[in-house]
Amino acid sequence: MTVPETAAEIARAVNERELSAAAIAAEFEARIHLREAAVGAFLTQTGALALAHAERVDARVRAGEELPLAGVPLAIKDNMCLTGTRTTCGSKILENWTAPYTATAVQRLLDAGALPVGKTNLDEFAMGSSCENSALGTTRNPWDRERVPGGSSGGSVAAVAAGEAVLALGSDTGGSIREPAAFCGVVGFKPTYGRVSRYGLIAFASSLDQIGPVARTVQDAARCYDVMAGHDPLDATSLARPVAATHNGLRDDLRGVRIGLVNEFTLSALGADVRATYERAYADLEGLGADLVDVSLPTADYGVATYYLIAPAECSSNLARFDGMRYGLRVPGADVAETYERTRAAGFGDEVKRRILIGTHALSSGYYDAYYVRAQKARTLIAADFATAFQRCDAIAAPAAASEAFRFAAKSDPYSMYLMDYYTIPMSLAGLPALSVPCGFVTPPDGAHPLPLGLQLTTPLFEERTLLGIAHAYERATMHASVRPPIAANETARV
Amino acid sequence: MTEAPHAGLAVNGTPYESVIGIECHVELRTQTKMFCGCRNVFGAEPNSNVCPTCLGMPGALPVPNRLALELLVKAGLAFGADIPAFSKFDRKNYFYPDMPKDYQISQYDTPLTQGGLVEFWVRDGTRGRCRLTRIHLEEDTGKSSHAGSRDGRIAGSKHSLVDFNRAGVPLMECVSEPDIRTGPQAVAYLETLKRTFVALGVSDVKMEEGSLRCDVNLSLRPLGSSAYGTKTEIKNMNSFRSVERAIESEIARQAALLARGERIVQETRGWDEAAGTTHSMRSKEEAHDYRYFPDPDLSPIAFAGDDIARLRGELGILPNARIERFISDGVPLVQALQLIDTPGLAAYYETAATLSGKPQATLNFVLGDLSRLANETGIPVHASRVTASALAELVALVDAGTINSKTAKDLLGRLWADGGSARTLVESEGLAQVSDPGAIDTVVAEVLAANGKTVADYRAGKTKVLGFLVGSVMKQSRGKANPQLVEERLRAALETTGVS
Repeated sequence: MTVPETAAEIARAVNERELSAAAIAAEFEARIHLREAAVGAFLTQTGALALAHAERVDARVRAGEELPLAGVPLAIKDNMCLTGTRTTCGSKILENWTAPYTATAVQRLLDAGALPVGKTNLDEFAMGSSCENSALGTTRNPWDRERVPGGSSGGSVAAVAAGEAVLALGSDTGGSIREPAAFCGVVGFKPTYGRVSRYGLIAFASSLDQIGPVARTVQDAARCYDVMAGHDPLDATSLARPVAATHNGLRDDLRGVRIGLVNEFTLSALGADVRATYERAYADLEGLGADLVDVSLPTADYGVATYYLIAPAECSSNLARFDGMRYGLRVPGADVAETYERTRAAGFGDEVKRRILIGTHALSSGYYDAYYVRAQKARTLIAADFATAFQRCDAIAAPAAASEAFRFAAKSDPYSMYLMDYYTIPMSLAGLPALSVPCGFVTPPDGAHPLPLGLQLTTPLFEERTLLGIAHAYERATMHASVRPPIAANETARV
Repeated sequence: MTEAPHAGLAVNGTPYESVIGIECHVELRTQTKMFCGCRNVFGAEPNSNVCPTCLGMPGALPVPNRLALELLVKAGLAFGADIPAFSKFDRKNYFYPDMPKDYQISQYDTPLTQGGLVEFWVRDGTRGRCRLTRIHLEEDTGKSSHAGSRDGRIAGSKHSLVDFNRAGVPLMECVSEPDIRTGPQAVAYLETLKRTFVALGVSDVKMEEGSLRCDVNLSLRPLGSSAYGTKTEIKNMNSFRSVERAIESEIARQAALLARGERIVQETRGWDEAAGTTHSMRSKEEAHDYRYFPDPDLSPIAFAGDDIARLRGELGILPNARIERFISDGVPLVQALQLIDTPGLAAYYETAATLSGKPQATLNFVLGDLSRLANETGIPVHASRVTASALAELVALVDAGTINSKTAKDLLGRLWADGGSARTLVESEGLAQVSDPGAIDTVVAEVLAANGKTVADYRAGKTKVLGFLVGSVMKQSRGKANPQLVEERLRAALETTGVS
């Protein structure tokens, strides 16, 4: 039979022993082999490991266990540790580093039956919005190979969009799951900060980083989240509060739901087709029964400036450990200081160096109050604005990115790249759960192919159940998510 | 704050005083490290107690050790410090090969405890006080060793080795106000910290194992001035004695500079134990910008009032209170400190003294014969076969005149070797003191008869020979005769009868 397209269907088929996990592992290894040349989603393929896990899953199923992710092919962003596999962060400095332990989130998915098919490409240390900052490979958008997949979780979204994996893990610091999910036409979900353990996620900006699922459907994202979420004693910032299951909270209409549209997020800066797509998406929400209300986020406009102080400040400290002493690249110098300098000069790319410099400056004596402390105050105000807005609505709808996927090298000026995350950064600063769900297509004037767009939905802290419920109703009614890129449109392999 | 007499320090005839503050780093005695589950032990095989977190592996995260937080709060409470409602961990950023993350998790502007007062007794009998600024919690670094250089220093070495067993061990930094004036005061302050932390189980405080390390800040100023002089920071002392020596050396160095009209340079100076001097290590101009900021991997720390009350209740009787009580019981200061600073000895003494009701006699045994036996055998008094109740029994036998001190001393040796009860031995072996004048007179008569020449000498005025005669009587009675009575009866026999 054909391997089903969703995690929900695969798990059902494997649990009912209609399909073996081993056959699925073999099928995806072959599929990745066929498609990788065109997509380049993976930095490391782990077909043998997937097969070994598959055999264990089949044995457990035979023994009577029912696993929520039985036999589901999983791609893992290469900033998460998986014992015995290369974990690079897309950086030369970790190019040959093998993780000695497994991230909590990854472990929970593997324990639930997922098959690790490979480690995916990313902007170096998750710093970027196009995946072009990877030092180790180029990932192409499955919808148009001349375009970027978005970033930083570009490899994960491309893998799911191209059918090389059914689920993927991304990490989102300022939009790194949501923006690429929008660019590649998949669902990308960033949970509330602290819901999913960061243990084993190589830190970019610790107070913002959050692991989340990439999936073809909201239901699959919910299933993945339900397995991963919850307190981890190894992460002091993981939340101890109970997690409400989301997979059984999915709804089919939006009657009685108030959805806020942010006054300050004017669509006028967007291209005409893009704007029209979002206006139609808002109308569709209303058509499903939602009440659209205007809300205000007066400080959201400071999001990008705030983010580009806090995130680099944390990164300047988090990335200090890559010094050539204990692991990773070492370029020897005459003494310790020169070894540090040469190793870091050779090991880090330009964007990483830029952010380390910005962050080091922002934390320096004499500048700390003016930059870091002020940015933290702005962050508090932005979170307060959301809290006020949520008094008037249950969720907020907004674009997930400032445009459709762009061509390689189109954003050579760092600031124009930073603005891609204009709509996603405020939610990150406030720690809110947010996702991107496919909301239609535009064909840009300079392109030959229709490209997906993503609708961003956000709810108050801890309201993942509400968020996924709303997204599911929208997805189901609009069917945008069911359209597949040409490379994945012909999945008829029988196993 | 301390108005201690100053030892005549003067610069060109003007009286000066030294102003000293001390920063101590104390490793906490916890089962596991500060932010991971690795064992916290000294002396293990290098790099055997390590994990992704304390090695700073990519993606690993710190989780605070609750016991370490509590121990530190107890340390503060013991000195009356405030426990602020809000505290947090900060990152101190600098590069060093033995620091796995190239930042140290520490506390910058919100220490776990603030203020407090350390009261101490100097060996000369004076008392002093030193205010605490703060105590905060941080993680220790790994330990570097350098191979190939003659002196083990990094200069000239071929390569360096790092042991990360110590990385992540909970470390408290205890910062004093500049209230200390002399080397002996500094030692008394450190001894007070040490005995308090040991009593609380906060740390084993072993300087030789590096579980206590201290830096001294020192400056001079004219006596009576309230402004501070330029200070230097002295490092690398490895014993309390070297702290005292380093302070004396640095006071002399600074005073000599001032006397020559030169300026003190603000700098860090290393103590050279062999040379007995300090040398410049680095000047303040090279100081790091540590770029402290709140550690985003760790949540703020909040101690509820209930927790603080519970921890306060767990403090027990603190060493200073015990010293105070010993002194009020008439124990001289030096002996009180000896009791308190020998593990287990104070409690042993207190039990035995209570049981016997004779503190002074008990103290004499504890610090005399028992401490000597402990030194000779390597067995601590409190762990010996002489239990506190056995000692109390012995003291009571002496006090009642049942045995004399010579017998007591012999018995103590036998109890130390074999255990048992003093009273049982006295009864079964007939060791009770002979205080019957008739019985003693018989022996006295025998001794005088056998020592005619000595008796003649005595009567000729050489009364010093009395001691010999007493000894002879004691020997004859196999040590059991009451020595006072022997002397009394001897004297009487020699002076009243006139004839032997």
